[in-house]
Amino acid sequence: MISDLLSVTVLIGILASGIRLATPYLYAAIGETFGQKSGVLNLGVEGQMLLGSFAAFYVTFKTGNLWLGLLTAMLVGALMGLAMAYVTVNLHAQQGISGIGFYLFGLGMSELLFQSLMGSVETIQGFPKVHIPVLSDIPGIGEIFFSQNVLVYGAYLLVPLAWFVLNKTTLGLKIRAVGENPDAADSLGVSVARVRYFTIILGGTLSGIAGASLSIALLNVFQQGMTSGQGFIAVALVYFGAWRPVGVLGGALLFSLVNSLQLWIQVLGIPIPSDIAVMMPYVLTILVLVATVSRVRAPSALSKPFERED
Amino acid sequence: MKKIYWLVSLIVVLSMVLSACGGQATQAPEKKFRVAVVMPSAINDLAFSQSMYDALVRIQQEMGGPDKFEIVYSENMFVVDDAAAAIRDYATQGYDLVIAHGSQYGSSLQEIAPDFPKTSFAWGTTADTFGQPNIFAYEAASQEGGYVNGVLAATLSTSDVIGVVGPIETGDAKLYVDGFKAGVLATKPDATVNVNYIGSFSDTALAAEAANTHIAAGADVLTGTAQMVVGAIGKAQEANALWFGTQSNQSSLAPKIVVASQVYHWEVALREIISLIKAGTLGGKSFTANLANGGEVIEFNPDYALSADAKALADKTIQGIKDGSITITLP
Repeated sequence: MISDLLSVTVLIGILASGIRLATPYLYAAIGETFGQKSGVLNLGVEGQMLLGSFAAFYVTFKTGNLWLGLLTAMLVGALMGLAMAYVTVNLHAQQGISGIGFYLFGLGMSELLFQSLMGSVETIQGFPKVHIPVLSDIPGIGEIFFSQNVLVYGAYLLVPLAWFVLNKTTLGLKIRAVGENPDAADSLGVSVARVRYFTIILGGTLSGIAGASLSIALLNVFQQGMTSGQGFIAVALVYFGAWRPVGVLGGALLFSLVNSLQLWIQVLGIPIPSDIAVMMPYVLTILVLVATVSRVRAPSALSKPFERED
Repeated sequence: MKKIYWLVSLIVVLSMVLSACGGQATQAPEKKFRVAVVMPSAINDLAFSQSMYDALVRIQQEMGGPDKFEIVYSENMFVVDDAAAAIRDYATQGYDLVIAHGSQYGSSLQEIAPDFPKTSFAWGTTADTFGQPNIFAYEAASQEGGYVNGVLAATLSTSDVIGVVGPIETGDAKLYVDGFKAGVLATKPDATVNVNYIGSFSDTALAAEAANTHIAAGADVLTGTAQMVVGAIGKAQEANALWFGTQSNQSSLAPKIVVASQVYHWEVALREIISLIKAGTLGGKSFTANLANGGEVIEFNPDYALSADAKALADKTIQGIKDGSITITLP
């Protein structure tokens, strides 16, 4: 039975599932990477995802326009980010606590809105699969990588883009400077507040897309609490990925691939209790984290509010 | 700095209030029968919690509307501690019946109930009243509807591979899945039933990928239990695979592919519990909803063109379970 795992169907299945499962994590965790690189820990990702998820679904349900739904999710996420930025940057609030506050706000608000505006679980036509010409015809590979919906492609394009912005642009340099040594950055004329506003709003926008990727691209339903802790896993993936987009990609893929592997293990009847199988992604992620964590260092100013000394 | 903490705590409190207050407790005039229910998911989850809420609403209609029968609820009480606090609050407020709708609330209820000897409690799904005089217990013989669904699934499958998406391998879900398997294998002994427990009641995304996995493994008929299956139903629809529902009627989600749903009609148990309470008995009995007593009903989707032969086979199976000529052997 173990050998069944190596059949072509199963391998394609595992990879295609893993690619899809990783999509929301990628958006949310890359967004969180920007925030943490600039010194802000945002634990409200889950709440931003939930509200984004609902906004995207509701607008699409009402208008039938997926792009308008996506845009609304981005706006809602950005607004949540703006509020988070005000609380952490201007009011110097403790970031962990206020993040939890925003999470609970997003959770409660999305439930309230769902209850009053929708009332029952509905379905929509989400973003269709886009088959990339020629590439999608490659046996196996095509089905895995080039027959997904547009938000899946977007998530993977985001990785090199985020790497480029963080490492090759002046903006990226400012973000890293503000996260490592805000006093020095400030004395050189970089506005710590503006940089952090930018990263937190960007993070919120990407969390909004993460939510939308679930409700209007991958699942095409909205259900209360449907992100199911993914926003918190995304925050963990940033640590896992050592604040590098490619590391985040590795973590998201590892977690998702092991998750789809365990689905296949159960389907193929390999005699491992389901309770053990579902633990696998978490256990493996922790093991890798333990093995790698000593080599990396968090941004020095992470979760420290910046107060200018005059 | 003080201001900030104040602001943050305000946000936290506000959002908690928003998430907790599904139903509002209103002041009740005398003699109204007042029921409070605490549920792990949402009242419109198309699954476990909705089955109880819908049953309460039907009882309310029977009894003459909100003036005669008041329903308040706390939904999404996934955290057992929160649920325990809500159960205690409702008992303190003097509700006639407080329902703890989730087997995970049992040990909390065991502690709370003795403090309120004049309040009646009900919990499920279980048969255990803890021997306390003010606790009713209720459960569903979900293997029965599972068996009927399984018989139909085996009949309609052409690939003879059938996929099941479950939450955690325990309780109601396990009963349903085991009954379903028994139904399939009784009809087609050579069929393959692949079962996937995803370890979560809320992870819609993982439920969807579990469905994709079944489809990739060749399944053309799927079923699943608990509220996160809404993710799986969508994937079944995309692949044009058939779906069998349980707990609530899931036809509305995918009218083209849902064949039938086993629906719990808890009102069968609730009616008896309410009349016992009115007569002065506050607990000590347990109830089982099944096909024979009408606590479980197989609801066919009118939009799905089920062949007359298959429908007849389903009816025959239901009848057989009711009169005992079909017995379901569980592992």
